[in-house]
Amino acid sequence: MASTNNRVAPAARVYAFGMCHSAEMIADLSRRAYEYRAQVLRMVYGRKSGHIGGAFSIAEILCCLYFHQMRVDPARAEWPDRDRLVFSKGHACAMLYTMLAHRGYFPVEELETFRALDSRLQGHPEPAKTPGIEAAAGPLGHGVAIGVGMALAARMEKSKRRTYVVLGDGELNSGVIWEGAMVAAKYGLDNLTVIVDYNGVQQSGTTQQIMPTEPIAAKWASFNWHVIEIHGHNVAEILTALDTAHEMHGRPVVIIARTTKGKGVSFMENSPAWHGGVPTGEQFQKALAELEEGARQWSA
Amino acid sequence: MERLILNPSPGVTLMRKAYGEALVELGHAREDVVVLSADVQSSDFSCMFEAAFPERFINVGIAEPALVDVAVGLANGGKVPIANTFGFLFATRALEMVRTHLAFSGANVKLAAAYAGLSDSFDGPTHQTIADLAILRSLPNMAVVVPADARAVRRLLPQVAAWNGPVYFRLCRNELPDIFGEDYQPEIGKAVMLMPGQDATIIACGVMVGIALEAARRLAQEGIHARVVEIHTIKPLDTEMVVHCARETGALVTAEEHSIVGGLGGAVAECLGESYPVPLERVGVRDTFTESGPYEDLLRKYGLSSDAIVDATRRAMARKPSAAPIEVQSMCG
Repeated sequence: MASTNNRVAPAARVYAFGMCHSAEMIADLSRRAYEYRAQVLRMVYGRKSGHIGGAFSIAEILCCLYFHQMRVDPARAEWPDRDRLVFSKGHACAMLYTMLAHRGYFPVEELETFRALDSRLQGHPEPAKTPGIEAAAGPLGHGVAIGVGMALAARMEKSKRRTYVVLGDGELNSGVIWEGAMVAAKYGLDNLTVIVDYNGVQQSGTTQQIMPTEPIAAKWASFNWHVIEIHGHNVAEILTALDTAHEMHGRPVVIIARTTKGKGVSFMENSPAWHGGVPTGEQFQKALAELEEGARQWSA
Repeated sequence: MERLILNPSPGVTLMRKAYGEALVELGHAREDVVVLSADVQSSDFSCMFEAAFPERFINVGIAEPALVDVAVGLANGGKVPIANTFGFLFATRALEMVRTHLAFSGANVKLAAAYAGLSDSFDGPTHQTIADLAILRSLPNMAVVVPADARAVRRLLPQVAAWNGPVYFRLCRNELPDIFGEDYQPEIGKAVMLMPGQDATIIACGVMVGIALEAARRLAQEGIHARVVEIHTIKPLDTEMVVHCARETGALVTAEEHSIVGGLGGAVAECLGESYPVPLERVGVRDTFTESGPYEDLLRKYGLSSDAIVDATRRAMARKPSAAPIEVQSMCG
């Protein structure tokens, strides 16, 4: 992992791990998810390149992980007992970079360099360049097996650190996901939590058209995982599911988060066109207005 | 040179057994070493590590992509994972994992590539591994190391573990002659001069080192003094030694248990072409798939023999600008 430098004090509030899920915290994280979507929109529009749809569907989940659940410290990015996050759906990294910047790993202004020449913010995550990135991603399907290795290392060291893996639903097509799932169950890795961003849409169509994944909960259960199904844009449900996963003994946990691809912008929602689409000027303005409205709804 | 090379070889050692023993020794020396297998531990003898350190041994099943990715996660946690399966499976089935996380991201994972070359001889060409050096060598940041006998395995494995970054460690399945003596102290990245000579240089790796020494001794009986150099590290290549030998002997032969495309011969050709062009002949499998059969017969049939090295040396010498013109049949094309 790249070391943290040019560090800025995190502007965004962190709700310490373990504190109760107050209404204020839930509203704040929900509102910020919309603000971070607007940030991603600006990044992709600015560079005329990037993946909006899958970034928007994962906003609340990443918010909960980075601003509450995960014990990480940007000042000590390589602290051995930090929690790990493997962001397996690497194409959606504009949202991950946004979280990392607001968490204090690098300046928020640097987000403007996303996908530019000489930038630390590569088109897909590169651990050597970007502080806070634990594993390369882009080629899909790696997350579970890498997470298994991280969880095994933690167990060998008797460390309480946890490993979180964020998967897309399209990458469930990939065989190595299920190889990793079998290894995790074999070793009873209860320090591993996988979150599937189940937005139902992949590059060229719905998952149901391209490669039907249902019954998805039954698949994971039959691989001997504990399965939790939630609404993936409901912060209260996400936080509760993460707590439940934390308390699990003897089995890995998968949280299947039902989400909406392109969440928050009416014309982007549930459309494969916005997997990698870039908005026109007019679309950008309309999308920005909708996201600002989404944030306003959560403002006190 | 007597204590560098044993002549005659006092016997043979099963390389995979030497590897298993070296792995256990490494396990005692380093607590951070973790061994993984794709359920071939009884083949490659990593089961010896499993018996000694069950809590540091992980069997992921017959799942080579997961084998590499799990190792990547362990490396992230500060472990030194040594992943074990057959060479061709790392070089082909799990290659994307190797490229993305070891080569690109620099994950500190070691790949112990069992049954490489033609050494899984009876199992046939599906299991034989003749393109791995070319594939792994083409990836930025990968080190590629090929031990030539049991002592080499014992002395190189701790260096593989200590190397800062990913390493592909290529192992033979079978009994190989013990060729190195007490004074053999290999260092990753450094070629080893095994036998002096001014007429030509034979550069070999792996099982072909012993065969190259045999070829050089035969040539010596004819008054041709071929130098023998072991290049156990295909990458990073000791280009200084290659150029030095080209300068001093004017003709080179490479010998490897691998395709002539892109392996040791390819690496040496690239170096010579850019730095010091001299005649080069490559001994190896000549761009073809092989077949089932006894190991030694297979090596002979596919041109991995002292005969082939002797002939190649004569051809390379005949191509020296100073050489008297003689009829030489080209092996190219």
